Amino acid sequence: MRRAVVLAGLALALAPLAAGCGGTKKKAAPSTASSSCAASQLHLAKSSTLTIGTDNPAYPPWYGGSAGHSWKVSDPYSGKGYESAVAYALAKQLGFSRDQVVWKYVPFEIAKAPGKKPFDFDINQISYSPARAKVVDFSASYYDVAQGIVVNDGTPISKVTTIAGLKPYELGAQLGTTSYQLIKSTIKPSKQPSVFPTNAGAVQALKNKQIDGLVVDLPTAFYVTAAQVPGSKVLGQFPGEPGGEHFGLVFEKGNPLVTCVNKALATLRSNGTLKQLDHQWLAKATGAPILK
Amino acid sequence: MASEGDRRPDLEVEPRRSRLLEGLRFEGEGARGVVIALASTVVFLTAVVVAVTQSPGWPEVHRVFFGWHDITSSFPEIARAFVLNVKVFLVCEVFILVFALLIAVLRSLPGPVFFPLRALAIIYADLARGVPTILVIALLGFGAPALQLSEVPTSRVFWAGVGLVLIYSGYVAEVYRAGIESVHPSQEAAARSLGLSRVQALRSVILPQAIRRVIPPLLNDFIGLQKDTALVGTLGVVEAFNQSQIDANATFTFGSYLAAAVLFVAITIPLARFTDWLIVRDRRRRQAAGVVG
Repeated sequence: MRRAVVLAGLALALAPLAAGCGGTKKKAAPSTASSSCAASQLHLAKSSTLTIGTDNPAYPPWYGGSAGHSWKVSDPYSGKGYESAVAYALAKQLGFSRDQVVWKYVPFEIAKAPGKKPFDFDINQISYSPARAKVVDFSASYYDVAQGIVVNDGTPISKVTTIAGLKPYELGAQLGTTSYQLIKSTIKPSKQPSVFPTNAGAVQALKNKQIDGLVVDLPTAFYVTAAQVPGSKVLGQFPGEPGGEHFGLVFEKGNPLVTCVNKALATLRSNGTLKQLDHQWLAKATGAPILK
Repeated sequence: MASEGDRRPDLEVEPRRSRLLEGLRFEGEGARGVVIALASTVVFLTAVVVAVTQSPGWPEVHRVFFGWHDITSSFPEIARAFVLNVKVFLVCEVFILVFALLIAVLRSLPGPVFFPLRALAIIYADLARGVPTILVIALLGFGAPALQLSEVPTSRVFWAGVGLVLIYSGYVAEVYRAGIESVHPSQEAAARSLGLSRVQALRSVILPQAIRRVIPPLLNDFIGLQKDTALVGTLGVVEAFNQSQIDANATFTFGSYLAAAVLFVAITIPLARFTDWLIVRDRRRRQAAGVVG
C-alpha cells in the first residue's frame, strides 16, 4: 500500500518532466505534421507500440508459420505469409522494431464497428468500398484482389467454363466478404446463395456438397483447395471489375496515422517490396483460368 | 372475445379495463393513477432521450445504427428472408409440442419398472437444456451430412430444424412435467376408481388439466424459439439475421439489424401479449371457480 503511494507520488512528480520533454516536440509538430512520420510522433493506440489487429484463426497464404502466440493455424508473429510480411515491412518502414509490433485478436465484427478501436490498424483481407469508408478509414491498396471459385472435382459444376454456366448451381460465400456481392450481382444464380459466418462452416459445406461452389478471394481459393477440401479445385477466377477490388488496412475513422501508413505503403510499392512479397507468398494464386 | 368472466359479471371485482392493457397495472386506481403513470413515463423517456442524443458519439451512432436509408433499403430483402424464420418456427413448434409431451409422460411414469425410461427422459432434458443451441445446430448441420450416407438428408434447414426441436423439447418437456405434477394425485385416483386405465386417466383427466395450466409458459418458450430461428443462419442459410448481416457488412452500418429486429418483434410482441391475456383469463377462471366451488 505504502509503496503504491510512493510510486504514485513519484509518477506525479515526474509527470511534468515527461510532459515537458514531450511538449517541445509537440510544439514543433504542427509545422512538420504533414512531413514527419517519425515513429515517436505517430498517433498510436499504445505508445511506442504498433498494435495490429487480425482475426483468429489466421489462415495461409495470408499468414504463415505454425500456430503460436494464441493464434490457430498460422501465427501473425511469424512474419510469414503475405499479410504478416507486409505488416512487418510496414512497421520497419514506419520505424518500429520487430519487438514493438503487437498483434491483437480482432474479429471482423469489431474491425467494422464504428467508434474507438483497440488497434492502430487491422489487416484481415478487408475489401475497400466507398460505403465502408464512411464508417472506418482505409489505407491505400496493399493487395489488388481477384475473386475465384472452388468446386469439388468431378461434380457437374467442375466442367463449367463461363459465368453464365454457374447460374443453376448452389453457391456460397463467407459472410462479410465481397464474394457474396459478386455472386448476387455478377453470377445472379437461380438458387439462393448461402453465406457462412465462418471459414470453417463454408469449407465444411463444400466438403459435404451442401453447396456446389464456394466463391472466395483467389489466394484463399488456392489455400482451400490445397489444404482444406481434398478433391477440390479452383474452377476459375472472375474478371476484375472496373476500378478493381483491393484490400486496405482498416483504421478508426479520422485516425491521422493513415497518412503516414499510406506514405510507407507507397514506398513499399515503389521500391518493389510489395511485389516481391506477393511473389514470395501468393505466387501460386495466379494460374486460374478467367471465367467469361 | 367472450370469456368465462364475461358470462359471470357478478364475479367481476375489479372495474373493466381494456384487454390490451390488462397486464399494465396502474397502482392507485382511476384517473389520478393514470396521470401519475403518464407523467413519470414522459419524464423518464425524456431523460433517456436527452442523455443519449447529447452524448458525444450520438451523431455517429445515429448515422451508423439508425440510418433511415439503411433500414428501409434493407427491409424488403430481410422481410423475404424472414419467411424462412417463420416457416422454421411453425414447423418446429408442432414437432416440439408432440415430442416434448412424450418425454414428459415418460418422465412421469410411476413404479420401478419404468426407471430406465424415466432416467433417459431426465438425461435428455438435462443435456438438451445444457448444451448451447448454436453448437447442436452446427454439429448436426455440418456433421450429419458429413457421414455421406445416402439416406441422411443434407439440407441445412432440415438439420437446423432438428436441432431446434431437440433443444426446445428439453425445455418444453419440463414445462409439461410441471403441469402434470400440478394436477392433484386425487384426480388420478378418482379417474382410476371410475374404471379408467392408467393411459385413459392420463389422456382424458390429467393431461387436459395439466396442459391448460401451462399454456402461458409454453407460449413463453415459443417466443424464445421464434428468436432462435436466427441460429439457422450459422449454417449459411440466408434467413433474416444473416441477410441483415450481409447488408451490414456491405456498408459497415447497422440499420439492417434494426430492420431485422422490427420483424422479429412484430411476431414476438403479439405472442407475448397473447400470453399475458391467457394468464389473466386463466386467473379469472380459477378465481371464479374458487368462488363458485
